[in-house]
Amino acid sequence: MTSYYEASARERLADLLDPGSFHEFLPATERVVSPHLVQLETPAAFDDGVIVGRGTLDGRPVLAAAQEGGFMGGAVGEVHGAKLVGLLERARDEKPAAVLLLVESGGVRLHEANAGLIGVSEIMRAVLALRSAGVPVLVLDGGQFGCFGGMGIVARLCDAIVMSEEGRLGLSGPEVIETTCGVEEFDSRDRALVWRTVGGKHRYLLGEADALVADNIAAFRKAAISLLDTKPDLSIEALTTEHEKLGARLEKFGSCHDALDIWSALGIEAPEGLPLLEADSFVAKVAGRRA
Amino acid sequence: MEKLTFEFLGGAPVNATRAPALVGVVGSGNLEILIEPEKLGGRCAVEILTAARGFGATWEAVLDDFFARHKLADVRISINDVGATPAVVSLRLDQAVENFLGGAQ
Repeated sequence: MTSYYEASARERLADLLDPGSFHEFLPATERVVSPHLVQLETPAAFDDGVIVGRGTLDGRPVLAAAQEGGFMGGAVGEVHGAKLVGLLERARDEKPAAVLLLVESGGVRLHEANAGLIGVSEIMRAVLALRSAGVPVLVLDGGQFGCFGGMGIVARLCDAIVMSEEGRLGLSGPEVIETTCGVEEFDSRDRALVWRTVGGKHRYLLGEADALVADNIAAFRKAAISLLDTKPDLSIEALTTEHEKLGARLEKFGSCHDALDIWSALGIEAPEGLPLLEADSFVAKVAGRRA
Repeated sequence: MEKLTFEFLGGAPVNATRAPALVGVVGSGNLEILIEPEKLGGRCAVEILTAARGFGATWEAVLDDFFARHKLADVRISINDVGATPAVVSLRLDQAVENFLGGAQ
């Protein structure tokens, strides 16, 4: 069993897709590197921190991208963003079974400022255009750096999210909240607090993650295969239903101060024990209790 | 940032159809290494972009040792470094060659 959390972006892609099926677009040998980092006297990566390409999953054609958190926290620069947009636009032409986004990103690469911001907004638009063309976009989130900022928004614009307990998903990350609002608001060094607030189990309980799996690439692969037949629904009815659901969630949990309060309100017995459960027993215990 | 280039002569040419290999990550204390076959008239060319200035002599020593272990020719080695220590650089170079040559020499 290979840990998804410990693996590099390349290892994740190789083990997630059918063996030997991955073909990379714009590989490192093309040297399409960031034009901004050189100006800032900062070493660039040959793939700009994201690997894009095609392969098969359970025999079906997919396009896939994996962000490498080890390079600048997986942050989206101009080239990085353009590679993701190009992949999503290619999918509109090729109509694969799905596009898989193996996200691991702190959001916009601030070194590249507006170019990174524009990149993220283009990714969002490309995701929605692809979904409206009928191709599902599936997110896998279980890397060391989580998925925050603009990529957190991108993830929630997709059809489904698979997370491990180790995965994290949010808008502002814990360090950003602490820096801007103070340690009293959020202590980013309190690991238990961080994981029960932005970690995979909480996201699954809130209904934001569609599957919660153990931290191994095989489990992510199995979940991704089970989601291949997801049908994108961007109808006004679906959006209205989603908004009503979010409104009800705010009404029900808006006064909670901690994820534990929410888990209690969901009717889960002994909620303080949830972080200790393995993925399978956790999913079984909370069945029928998710928001 | 500093750009360093080195060349080594006297190695054995590798098969020009061999697939390039990429190892490592451009992260603090780490580096990425890309090895590609290229007709270089029997040379092994190394190009390094490093965040740490002033370590040219150390790089030269590490690469001399590397070339003594792996006498490659007609190979281009490209490195993006963020202050990896000499030990890490040596391990990554060995890993890159192992992947490039498919675990056998």
